[in-house]
Amino acid sequence: MAEATANGLGQHALHAAAPAAVARADVHQQHPIKLYLVVWAWLFILSTCSYLVDYFGLHGYLRWSLILIFMILKAGLIVAVFMHMAWERLALAYAIILPPILVLVFVTMMVFEADYTLFTRLAFFGAGP
Amino acid sequence: MAETLTHIGHTEPRPTGWRGIAADWSSDQRAFKNVSWGKAMMWIFLLSDTFIFGCFLLSYMTARISTRVPWPNPSEVFALRIGGSDIPLILIAIMTFVLISSSGTMAMAVNFGYRHDRRKTAILMLLTAALGATFVGMQAFEWTKLITEGVRPWGNPWGAAQFGSCFFMITGFHGTHVTIGVIFLIIVARKVWRGDYDLGRRGFFTSRTGRYENVEIMGLYWHFVDLVWVFIFAFFYLW
Repeated sequence: MAEATANGLGQHALHAAAPAAVARADVHQQHPIKLYLVVWAWLFILSTCSYLVDYFGLHGYLRWSLILIFMILKAGLIVAVFMHMAWERLALAYAIILPPILVLVFVTMMVFEADYTLFTRLAFFGAGP
Repeated sequence: MAETLTHIGHTEPRPTGWRGIAADWSSDQRAFKNVSWGKAMMWIFLLSDTFIFGCFLLSYMTARISTRVPWPNPSEVFALRIGGSDIPLILIAIMTFVLISSSGTMAMAVNFGYRHDRRKTAILMLLTAALGATFVGMQAFEWTKLITEGVRPWGNPWGAAQFGSCFFMITGFHGTHVTIGVIFLIIVARKVWRGDYDLGRRGFFTSRTGRYENVEIMGLYWHFVDLVWVFIFAFFYLW
């Protein structure tokens, strides 16, 4: 198989054979260690913040919005830097990140469905024990 | 890569932005231009796994909204008694820090892998595996604690019966992912240590030679496990 042979040659051989074909060759994700350490520190800070939300017993919309903000920031840092999505071509980024976001449509549907279930339960069984 | 149909001998820079998406996806070409198929397939597997965990969290949300019995307060359920006072969620917070640290060591292992620094890569991967195993151990402790307190998939002493089934299903599935990750980390670390990727030694399962990119692909899986925990931590433990 041509592919197996190409893989067997290794990346260096490929680069050497076709130095001009950089855009087509598989790109190694190599970034300074310092970047990873900075992101690591930020993940610690954000996790501490989201833990403190519970520790100080915040409630209501303040609690929920803070939880969501810290969650999205952490998820974004992990996907963008640790998983190198920030440096990938948009064709891959959109193919991978867009479908999970569309799950929000499903979430909306299930919120309505669950509200309706709760309504029928309260109507037929009364308030909880 | 040379064997793709797109390679016709001359090079022109690929367009970026929206034009790039259209150019990459159109005209019967290879869509992911500078990503090997190994990496692309890991991403697509992770996408499907996202849907699995998404469905778990969705069904948890549906159960929690639709029950007329109060939901047990996770802050109290997962509190630990340390030094005579209850500290809320402390075990879960430590587990979060352990998993984030394992993600950090994994990211550095990938970096050293591409530098062909076998020793550092293998040590960092084994450190990642050790942190992952610590996480699973703490999860086992948490399960034991809750089971002795009477939490079952069909009921618990504090409120809505669905709490137990959601908890065991979501954290159990995540713990399984971590366990599988630890096993594969050890396998890949052994290959790196032996120098399989430098010597071109063939894998026992695929009979194909590997590359240091395998470390990055392994890393993608491991970071995904950490990523899922971010969502579980937010929605199940903090909400």
